[in-house]
Amino acid sequence: MSRREIISGNWAFAEAMRQINPDVVAAYPITPSTDIPMKFSEFVADGKVDTNFVTVESEHSAITACVTAAAAGARVMTASSANGVGLMHEIFPIAGFFRSPIVFGLVNRSLGAPINIHCDHSDSMGERDAGWIHLYCEDAQEAYDTAVMAVRLAEHDNILTPVFVCQDGFITSHGFEPVEMLDDETVKRFVGERNARYPLLDVKNPVTYGSFASTEYYFEIKRQQVEAMENALKLYDGVAREYEAVSGRYYPMLDAYRTEDAEFVVVVMSSAAGVVKDVVDELRDKGVKAGCLRIRMFRPFPFDGVAKALSHAKAIAVLDRSLSLGGTAPVVSEVRSALYRASALIPVQSYVFGLGGRDFFPQNARDIFTDLEKGQIVGEERYIGLLE
Amino acid sequence: MPGQEVVSWLRTRFFPHIWCPGCGHGIIMHSLLRALVTLDKKQSETVIASGIGCSSRMAGYIDACTVHTTHGRSLGFATGIKLAKPELTVIDVMGDGDCSAIGGNHFIHACRRNIDITAIVMNNNIYGMTGGQASPTTPVGSMATTTPYGAIDPSFDICKLAEGAGASYVARTSIANPKQAEQYIMKGIQKKGFSVIEVLTHCHTTFGRRNNRKTPIDNVNFFKANTVPLSKAKDMCEEDLVGKIVIGEFVDKDVPEYTAQYLSLIERVRG
Ligand SMILES: Cc1ncc(C[n+]2csc(CCOP(=O)(O)OP(=O)(O)O)c2C)c(N)n1
Ligand code: SF4
Repeated sequence: MSRREIISGNWAFAEAMRQINPDVVAAYPITPSTDIPMKFSEFVADGKVDTNFVTVESEHSAITACVTAAAAGARVMTASSANGVGLMHEIFPIAGFFRSPIVFGLVNRSLGAPINIHCDHSDSMGERDAGWIHLYCEDAQEAYDTAVMAVRLAEHDNILTPVFVCQDGFITSHGFEPVEMLDDETVKRFVGERNARYPLLDVKNPVTYGSFASTEYYFEIKRQQVEAMENALKLYDGVAREYEAVSGRYYPMLDAYRTEDAEFVVVVMSSAAGVVKDVVDELRDKGVKAGCLRIRMFRPFPFDGVAKALSHAKAIAVLDRSLSLGGTAPVVSEVRSALYRASALIPVQSYVFGLGGRDFFPQNARDIFTDLEKGQIVGEERYIGLLE
Repeated sequence: MPGQEVVSWLRTRFFPHIWCPGCGHGIIMHSLLRALVTLDKKQSETVIASGIGCSSRMAGYIDACTVHTTHGRSLGFATGIKLAKPELTVIDVMGDGDCSAIGGNHFIHACRRNIDITAIVMNNNIYGMTGGQASPTTPVGSMATTTPYGAIDPSFDICKLAEGAGASYVARTSIANPKQAEQYIMKGIQKKGFSVIEVLTHCHTTFGRRNNRKTPIDNVNFFKANTVPLSKAKDMCEEDLVGKIVIGEFVDKDVPEYTAQYLSLIERVRG
């Protein structure tokens, strides 16, 4: 029997962890993801999971322990945020390359300095080329569901790639809302047992991880990771449909909200999509053909799907919750690239919003749609709610 | 009430501070400020570096040249400052987590180099800021959010760590003894070399509540009852010292200081 409880995004993720019952969790606390390992440590202490829970002395050690545990054949999960994610940077590509299928609760928080504990996407965006799958969740329900799905995606033999399950710091992680959870048995059956193909600790069939790859091999090994990402793109929907069959909830990689005939579309990720969707409804009532495209899967990036969802648009706004200083913000650069690949030269306006937790209000979304309707599209990025 | 001279070292515009009422960190800040005033230090020539944690917020409240950096790495930043301008008084304020967990590497190497920085370690046996997870100084058997049935990891003795790694001044006291803290900090600042002053303090909010030391006063009383001066400890047998924390000056030696060595190397090489 599934049950419904009022819990936070962090607790929802921790609850999914309890049901997944990973073999190893190595973690180090940092706001706003601290609640995840803390809640989970209660499950460990109360004997509700069989996990080896390792509290280490820094994030660097935490992710390092996760990588080798996963290579050894264990099912591994952890969580972090902001500078904790930054400190793990050295190890993320190793996790990707070792094909260590870690499922990671990444609670988005701005990367210092300046020190700020609130939400933006600068932490995860810094890791977008690390060889991890990135999934961005809109709310606590989705964080729970995605954690469960991510295990299957990460451990799939043809993917075998670690996954970041991102949720917005404080907004989602600390907001309490009703979340429907599956019963333990259903989750257990859905995730199954991990069956590692080349476990490090299979002493009868010794393998080596992390050996030196000279110029003759390095490139080809990286190519295999590219292939894994391509496979993830192909296999994602199958996992999502299977999850729908057990939960009744379907999460496509792109959440296209009233975009079928939309002329003005706002592209956004994570919690801010809720506000945009409300404003879309408002504008639709007034006869404006507005739509919202929420990108759930950022890595691998669903280029074709994005181009298709935007194909009717006359003007598009892309909202980034992080900067690429001196360059183009991450989401808009991928969206433009998707359109260019599809030879769809639709005007795109780039907006940066919500840095360091700056609030994003319905009026901000209304103003953005007004810009699109009036054709006010400029080359430079615009900043929402900035005091200048 | 702090004296006027002490108040002049405070950025009162940032008050109220973030510390919980009764937090021990304030007592240590006051001791440090009194030491600075007594030594007649100038705000423009004094650097306060800190990492991240409740303790590290101190850098924000002191009106000097301050730098609030990343968790565990303030000694790296402080080392750069000291090498660039050796004439500055450089003080690094840190929590036990900052010092001995995530920043343990920087800490032992700063001790080894014996660079003229004064490290004030505010040891409350817990990660206060993130809500009470066990740190490397959480005593065995103590409760923390990550050790709900008691810690089993042996804890670090920060003073022994500093001594073993080569610091030239190492002392420990507690917030029950703010005058002594002030004196040790003064000696540490005056010492030409790396000084470590460990001040035992409390996080009644996250540690005390779980370990029968709920109020600030419980903690002051705990320190009064359970600390033993080094001079007295020398005559006590091991059995009597069980559960006691020895306070006092453990190291006070004169060994070559790093920036001086560095400058003389430059001179020697340039001829
Ligand atoms: C790289 C990184 N990891 C984790 C954190 C989260 N964090 C902030 S303060 C803190 C622990 C603080 O403990 P301590 O140094 O003992 O200081 P206290 O708060 O107890 O004074 C942690 C883990 C961080 N800021 N940066
Ligand atoms: S949480 Fe603990 S260490 Fe932090 S201010 Fe409160 S009492 Fe002090």
